[in-house]
Amino acid sequence: MSDDRSSAARDLTARASAAESGSQDVSLAYESGVEVKARSQWAYVRMRFLRHRLAVASLVVLVLIGLVGVFAPQLAPYGYDEQNLDLGIQSPTLEGWHLFGTDQLGRDYLSRVMYGIRTSLWVAFFVAFLSTAIGTTVGALAGYYGGHVDNVLMRLTDLMLTLPGLAVLLTASVFLGSGDPLKIGLILAFLFWTAVARIVRGLFLSLREREFVEAAKAAGASDLRIIVRHMLPNCLGPIIVNTTLVVAAAILVEAALSFLGFGIQPPNAALGKLISDGQGEGFGLWWLVTFPGLLIVLIALCVNFVGDGLRDAFDPTQRRVRA
Amino acid sequence: MPEPILTIRDLTVEFDTEDGVVHAVTGVGYDLHPGEVLGVVGESGCGKSVSMLSVLGLIPMPPGRIVSGEAVFRGEDLLKLPDSRLRKIRGGPMAMIFQDPLTSLNPVLTIGDQISEAIEVHHPDSSDAAARKRTVELLQLVGVPSAEQRSHQYPHEFSGGMRQRAMIAMAIANDPSVLVADEPTTALDVTIQAQIIEVLKAAQRETQAAIVLITHDLGLIAELADRVVVMYAGKVVEIGDVFAIFDSPRHPYTAGLLRSLARLDADVDRLEPIAGQPPSLITPPPGCAFHPRCALSQGRATCRTGVPELRALGPEGGHRSACHFAEELTAAGQPVGGPS
Repeated sequence: MSDDRSSAARDLTARASAAESGSQDVSLAYESGVEVKARSQWAYVRMRFLRHRLAVASLVVLVLIGLVGVFAPQLAPYGYDEQNLDLGIQSPTLEGWHLFGTDQLGRDYLSRVMYGIRTSLWVAFFVAFLSTAIGTTVGALAGYYGGHVDNVLMRLTDLMLTLPGLAVLLTASVFLGSGDPLKIGLILAFLFWTAVARIVRGLFLSLREREFVEAAKAAGASDLRIIVRHMLPNCLGPIIVNTTLVVAAAILVEAALSFLGFGIQPPNAALGKLISDGQGEGFGLWWLVTFPGLLIVLIALCVNFVGDGLRDAFDPTQRRVRA
Repeated sequence: MPEPILTIRDLTVEFDTEDGVVHAVTGVGYDLHPGEVLGVVGESGCGKSVSMLSVLGLIPMPPGRIVSGEAVFRGEDLLKLPDSRLRKIRGGPMAMIFQDPLTSLNPVLTIGDQISEAIEVHHPDSSDAAARKRTVELLQLVGVPSAEQRSHQYPHEFSGGMRQRAMIAMAIANDPSVLVADEPTTALDVTIQAQIIEVLKAAQRETQAAIVLITHDLGLIAELADRVVVMYAGKVVEIGDVFAIFDSPRHPYTAGLLRSLARLDADVDRLEPIAGQPPSLITPPPGCAFHPRCALSQGRATCRTGVPELRALGPEGGHRSACHFAEELTAAGQPVGGPS
């Protein structure tokens, strides 16, 4: 039996390669011993992303800013709340490395901006991660099960979208108590998940009808397995792109909240808070507003460029890369 | 004759659509015996796929609805099983091969991952390495060259024939005793079709599975099937041994199908299509659904009013037909004294 079986298999293999060698480059290459590289979807995505120069440059800048944030305690020349009343109100100077100047209390603004980056980026990535997780779950369940599940979840999403965001944020931060970056992050994530939920739902509605989903069902896969292993990987592109957009939006909203005094509270430094502190001093102390403001713009811009690059990289119609 | 491995009785499936209720499958019943190849033939939309898909719990409900019937597999009625139990059967003892191997494979997973997954779903405690090893064996069995390397490739790097081989490997991964092949060669060109038929034969030798071969390709039936079920407008109109069906069809629809087919073993000047259109499944014709297109029924009231039962012809009962006047068809399938 087993002999019979393996000879049948050999027979088929021989026939198949004979049939394919005439027309298929792949098997020709195999026979001549040339290594044929199996290029995954990710390899193509990486290649297309690397061609997008602006996106790559933005990513480099973003990583540098991120490293400054992460290693702020090691890099900053002074503590974020270290006061030196003798050195109050200095414009940017090389002396004592006060590159971004000091405020009325003599706090070094370069250090405060570094810590501000740390807080703001932490909040932004936390919000992006959490809201993507919530939105993906909601959208996947709604799109996969459809019917009543879809109706309930999507009406909930619509309800969230109709809420006036800023008013809810302000109210929530009063009730939950503001100042803590974690709480601010939770509040923002609660408002930011709707976009990704709608995107994922739409993708799932069309993926659900694809035959490979039916084939997976016919192979005995459970609903959870089909959702997680077969459908979600097909949505990763749009989800990742949307996540980068959330990072940018979260930075801006967190800055706005802090500016209005409902976000991160002193002595914690966040970029928005730094601007609002500096704004009280008028145009005379221009450096207090300018540097944190520039950094907000720079971060938001870079994140958006990276998102653009990723969107193009994930677009399968842009398969211009030569193998 | 051995005990049937799958017994379908009185299966009726309907779909709710905006235009009304589509009676996709009405009172279908047939047996599948261990190790045999049962061909299910019929026009597009005659319910041949829907009947098997509903047995496996794969039709969308709603709009689909199983109105009645039973499908007994190993002593269990599949139509009454909860989905969790049915899931263990799908892809395990009952596996399915789909029509279009490009759309039936997940584009973002490698071929090897997808076959290993089919193994791991049914053997949760098997190690990754064991599943990998089995995957390569399966790919070799279905004739994929350089199976080891190719298992790391993605579906878009496979040709149509190779993809269908991979689909077959996936279907036989868990040694099924019933293999449902839904138009397995329709999406392929003719030379590849011939190869896939060989692969199917090898797959059957390997697993000893009974195959339900759903197709509209009578050539494929003649090549592979042991017995044939002919379906028309959601009903079984004729069942019989493949030789009986091809040599002496006892239903005018079967006879018409055979006359529309080019054959090497008969000297025919013109191929005759079956006149008319397939009937609407929302408002099927009264009586015998085939009567508006049937030469035998000309002017006969019985055909317009009486729904013909599937009845045994001859003493041993292996050949059955749902025609009031089955006896009037000659051995060549021509009506006696009727228009050619």
